Amino acid sequence: MTRPTVELRPAHEPPGHRHRPWAEALLRPQFLALAAVLLVNWLLFPGFFTITWQDGRLFGSLIDVLNRGAPVAILAIGMTAVIATKGVDLSVGAVMAIAGAVAASMVVAGWPAGLAVLAALAVGLVCGLWNGVLVTVLQIQPIIATLVLMVAGRGLAQLVTEGSIVTFSDPLLIFIGTGSVLGLPTPVVIALSLMLCATLLVRRTALGLLIEAVGVNRSAARFAGIRASALLLLVYAFAGLCAAIAGLIVTGDIRGADANNAGLWLELDAILAVVIGGTSLLGGRFSIPMSVVGAMIIQAMNTGILISGFSPEFNLVVKSGVIIVILVLQSPMAASILQKRRIKGGRA
Amino acid sequence: MQATEGVPVLDARGIVKVFGQHTALGGVDFDLRAGEVHALLGENGAGKSTLIKILTGAYQPDGGTVLLDGAPVSFRDPLQAQGYGIGTVYQEVNLLPNRSVAENLFLGRQPTRFGLVRRREIESRARTLLADYGLEIDVRAELSEYSVAVQQIVAIARAVELSGKVLVLDEPTASLDRNEVQRLFDVVRNLKARGLGIIFITHFLDQVFELSDRVTILRNGRKIATQPLAGLSTADVVRMMLGKDVSLDHHVTGIADAARGATRVTFRDLGRTGSVAPITLSVHEGEVVGVAGLLGSGRTEVARLMFGVDAADSGEILVDGAPVTIRNPAQAVAAGFGFCPEDRKIDGIFGDLSVRENIIIALQAKLGWFRALNREDQVELAGRYAEALDIRAANHDMPVKLLSGGNQQKVILARWLALDPNFLILDEPTRGIDVGAHAEIVRTINRLREEGLALFVISSELDEVVAYSNRVVVMRDREMVAELTGAAVAPDSIVQAIAGVPAVEVAQ
Repeated sequence: MTRPTVELRPAHEPPGHRHRPWAEALLRPQFLALAAVLLVNWLLFPGFFTITWQDGRLFGSLIDVLNRGAPVAILAIGMTAVIATKGVDLSVGAVMAIAGAVAASMVVAGWPAGLAVLAALAVGLVCGLWNGVLVTVLQIQPIIATLVLMVAGRGLAQLVTEGSIVTFSDPLLIFIGTGSVLGLPTPVVIALSLMLCATLLVRRTALGLLIEAVGVNRSAARFAGIRASALLLLVYAFAGLCAAIAGLIVTGDIRGADANNAGLWLELDAILAVVIGGTSLLGGRFSIPMSVVGAMIIQAMNTGILISGFSPEFNLVVKSGVIIVILVLQSPMAASILQKRRIKGGRA
Repeated sequence: MQATEGVPVLDARGIVKVFGQHTALGGVDFDLRAGEVHALLGENGAGKSTLIKILTGAYQPDGGTVLLDGAPVSFRDPLQAQGYGIGTVYQEVNLLPNRSVAENLFLGRQPTRFGLVRRREIESRARTLLADYGLEIDVRAELSEYSVAVQQIVAIARAVELSGKVLVLDEPTASLDRNEVQRLFDVVRNLKARGLGIIFITHFLDQVFELSDRVTILRNGRKIATQPLAGLSTADVVRMMLGKDVSLDHHVTGIADAARGATRVTFRDLGRTGSVAPITLSVHEGEVVGVAGLLGSGRTEVARLMFGVDAADSGEILVDGAPVTIRNPAQAVAAGFGFCPEDRKIDGIFGDLSVRENIIIALQAKLGWFRALNREDQVELAGRYAEALDIRAANHDMPVKLLSGGNQQKVILARWLALDPNFLILDEPTRGIDVGAHAEIVRTINRLREEGLALFVISSELDEVVAYSNRVVVMRDREMVAELTGAAVAPDSIVQAIAGVPAVEVAQ
């Protein structure tokens, strides 16, 4: 009751009328930011947009951005659903390490590669369910609940690999990490298919709306008869599954499971990608494709710094600068300033 | 108990406070004399807490003046009000549980020497101070080791030490037992004798009569009366708290039993230890059962039990004669129940979601994850119920938080009607909404009744309850104390039942 409500004037556009949603979407700040970063990359390295066809697959810096960005994009897809429920999952980096360790150890021990991949995915699912149980049944705050597995997960992964880097030469795992499908790197194909499937799943069913409802107001969701616990279990399990997929990709990429470094700090990149994509950490409205765009912005920055010849340490500094700019732009203060401007502009 | 006459120590004149479109206080006068206990009464939303927050500096008034000892003052924040002599003690003790009693008493103004806290002096001063309040306790022990009553007295001692003119007690007895209440009252009487002006807020009417000299009653942001309690009865006070505000076009005749149909839902011995004593009640098709009772009487708790928000630990629920299990709201929805909760903002509205999504959300939850309502269905449903209930929104894709309170309430009502429920619970459906929407909601309730819905409606406005109820259930002290039917469904008999006047037995 303390917030003033606005006058109910008719909207500027008649309801239901939509003009060229594609053009509108491309003018979103995320796409403008991506374009700006790519432009800077091009200025630093004129061959940035060159794409060549070689040995039956595409090569080029742009393809490299997509390829290198795929693991974070996949993490961000799962993280989007979690953040939409007003939660967060800090354990996804550690779950990547566990999944990689399980798959690598199994193929080295002689199991069929297909089974090893399925086992890794199952382990990711179980890790996600564990987080979900902590959040729903034990009612632990998500940031703390998932911190448990973030810390313990690397220990588990090291137990699986027995402290060493498990290397392998299994063709299926290597294909997942470095192969190509129809000319595109496998990780890119996996990330795009996952994005498409997840988006269709949440938007063609009621899941998207119900997740948003739980994120906007958990108490009201309960009163409206939404079974929030089952939904939360589902989104954390999905985040775990995504982490396992990302873990398989990085493991296949380096042809070995490194329990210490696989996925290290990637949970932070994933959260950042989701936030850049416009999903609020306060829960509610979310967009999976925009989170993937967020992941691409991050990777384009990483690649740009690498090819420009700066040392990788700059990466962290530049990234933090961009984060600050984005957070300021998304803050309520900026929103109110922009709104005032718009009203002024409208009157002038 | 005689009130001291003289210049009021605190005098608020024509206080106005507006939040957005909602007038929380519309020109309220309040005066407090030295050496009196002045009770402040009113239902939720009457403006009690807004007035207190203005008097203690937490809010700035939009109009009116506050005089302290005859001189106008304005407080920037509660700290400044404290400096002027106005201290507050809340129901939840606002101290540090893990520090000693002595430290809590002198926190922020510890006597020091060379920058070091003088522990011994603090302790001896704390002992002397608390002796005045009849407390002989180890002041070095942590505050949390003592009962809430003792903590409450420590909080009072601290507030009086810091302020010393006016003491505001906001629901101080809510978590105390009978003996502890007496102990607290002794302390308050002592302070009164020392010449403090004390504002006492509670929803226990017997305590108001026991302790207070005068009472001010607020309703819907207006002062109804300030009177000495000496000449008043409990029924008078209840009548003033719940009385007539809005002229509703209705016939206060009680609605004939004949109009109602078969039994819809039956609650048999439904109860929860420490919340509500077991209740047995049936609601029929085409019947409205009204619920009357003061704040804290258990009226909301009953609704929460029925809807499975709180799990009942006794009793059973029958729908159309068949037993159903309701341990959570999802099961209640599956059984065909709907519930418009009292606090719209916290429990009802999904502020960032659109009007359309807010209307279809319960139906979608009932359909499950994979049977999604498509956009056309959603638009059609939202349109139909928005028209039926006259929800005024520029379009149905706008966030529901931009609507007025009355329209938000209608959106929640629409959400349940879209489910075609058997049984609808409305908890204070007209709270905090403007007069026009108010009468409209009352008309809607009557219309739903005529269409054969079974309704259970909680309200603190008696005229409203009488306007739509076939029967009225009266709650007091977390117990159902009366069920009024026929001619007894009238404001006077309800007031008497709430006040606990024996005449109720006759009315039954």
